[in-house]
Amino acid sequence: MAQAFFTTLRSKFHGYAFRKFKNKLFFVLCGVCVVVAVIPLISILFEAVMRGAPQLSVQFIFADGNNGGIGPAIQGTLIIMGLTSLIGIPLGVLSGIYLSEFGQNKYASAMRTLNNIVTEFPSIIVGIVAYSIVVLYITRYNSALAGAAALSIIMIPIVARTTEESLKLVPNTIREASLAMGVHKWRTTLSVVLPSAKAGLITGTMLAVARIAGETAPLLLTIGGSSYFFGGLFQQMDALPLRIYRYAGQPDASVQAQAWGAALVLILIVLALNIAVRLASRGRLRR
Amino acid sequence: MIRKLQKKLKGDNLFKALVAIIAASALVIVLVTAYVLVTGSSLALQTYGINFLTGTQWNPVPGSENFGALPYILGTLVTSGIALLIGVPLSLGIAIFLVEMAPKTIRVPVSYLVELLAAVPSVIYGLWGIFVLRFWLLNNIEKPISAILGWIPIFSGRPFGLDIFSAGVILAIMIIPTVASVSREVISAVPNSIREGAYSIGATKWEVIRHWVLAYGRSGIFGAVILGLGRAVGETMAVTMIIGNASGPSAMPTSLFQTGQTMPSLIANGFFDAQSPVAASAYLGVGLILLVMSLLINIVAHVMVTRVFKVKGGAVE
Repeated sequence: MAQAFFTTLRSKFHGYAFRKFKNKLFFVLCGVCVVVAVIPLISILFEAVMRGAPQLSVQFIFADGNNGGIGPAIQGTLIIMGLTSLIGIPLGVLSGIYLSEFGQNKYASAMRTLNNIVTEFPSIIVGIVAYSIVVLYITRYNSALAGAAALSIIMIPIVARTTEESLKLVPNTIREASLAMGVHKWRTTLSVVLPSAKAGLITGTMLAVARIAGETAPLLLTIGGSSYFFGGLFQQMDALPLRIYRYAGQPDASVQAQAWGAALVLILIVLALNIAVRLASRGRLRR
Repeated sequence: MIRKLQKKLKGDNLFKALVAIIAASALVIVLVTAYVLVTGSSLALQTYGINFLTGTQWNPVPGSENFGALPYILGTLVTSGIALLIGVPLSLGIAIFLVEMAPKTIRVPVSYLVELLAAVPSVIYGLWGIFVLRFWLLNNIEKPISAILGWIPIFSGRPFGLDIFSAGVILAIMIIPTVASVSREVISAVPNSIREGAYSIGATKWEVIRHWVLAYGRSGIFGAVILGLGRAVGETMAVTMIIGNASGPSAMPTSLFQTGQTMPSLIANGFFDAQSPVAASAYLGVGLILLVMSLLINIVAHVMVTRVFKVKGGAVE
């Protein structure tokens, strides 16, 4: 059908006119692609606000699961973001330092490749690994610690990569100036190079935190979920993504509505981090 | 003086050794993952042998266990295939729009919106999928197609919304940011001299893009598509929520409008309910197949993408 359409057009517009028409047609099509891709985003935000906002109340946000709230889930998500950052940021930044400052050898390029490979691991695999190691051998039960371990596996390579990229942007003259003053290389790296790359480091790290805040599959196999508030690192814990998944599967419409409320809170956390970071980095570039 | 020098060397070498060891964390993660999956799945792989890859049964009932992963391997490939069919043309359109057409005032907010699409957590895609997208697809696409083309096997069955087709559509939306942003980088890496040469022999803008820019960057764009495939293959939550979670022979993807199952969704659904050691081992076996598949896909993608950027260095610029 499309073929016939084009042949009739071709007979009507010969040569250049037809080519100009085709040019316009594809320009419009590319614009349509953009619109089509943005529709889901707008629809997701719209639905989350329309269905989620009526749920929001002091009780919904602060009460525990037995009193109709998602307090434990919000608390759990914040705790797991903190715990994961505690493990993931130092390890990620230090690996990034090696890759950028000492990374001109075969070992470093091998580690860089492995880093890229780990970044693309399916998230459910990460969950299986954390379950098989931390849950089975260390905490003996689903636990907050296992969840943090799983999310760290996702976070370390992301932070390592952004650290490497931002450190490479620091001009060599700055390193040389410091070394020329007799400062040790380690001291130069930590007190001169890292602070110079501060903006890029913070941006990259915050985006990594936003990324892990929304991860669900690894948590599904590790933290277990709970309707009570945080009880310790070795105890089961709740988190927003997990709570959304559980509530979404319930047949009860009022529970499904709570899933949308929780989704709105999660979207607000993730998008707030993203937008804050983008705005901050844009201001930096402009200056 | 010499002692000072020694001290300095010691401090620096210590620091270098420390960060070098920490940089190996990626290696540790890869080794631990491989160890967990290989040792964990060996029981199932030994028990069922090649049948684990070709079998269609999935019976975890203790005493009569039988596990075959074929329906889930095919389910993963089919949903990812649908995602590519829908997502890749859209992503290429976006990339071309952003690099070649849009003025800067539009380019910045649009690329920003497309990046936000990547920031939405996958469980939210799943929630939106089962409460919004599912009904839209059911009423506007699946029912009409089923009414007209229902006699074709791949459109057979009564559409319900929670099926392979919906899973493919949601994956298509989720891979758009990846494919679009990588192909955008590839297209901007095409040297301007290529474009100018094409314009100088009288090509229209679209012809320049179609026959020169896309041709020049085809290896990178292919890489971007494969990278999108990797995302689609590994995606778990959104698919788990919308695909309908069939199991056993009925999970074979014979019709787009039937419930299905992918490898990640199978693990997400059943891993905890595995009661016997061989059942747990079977889930790890599926994990191993998934990991190998995603590793191969990503390695191919990285090779293809870096090839373009290497060529850029030696190009006529």
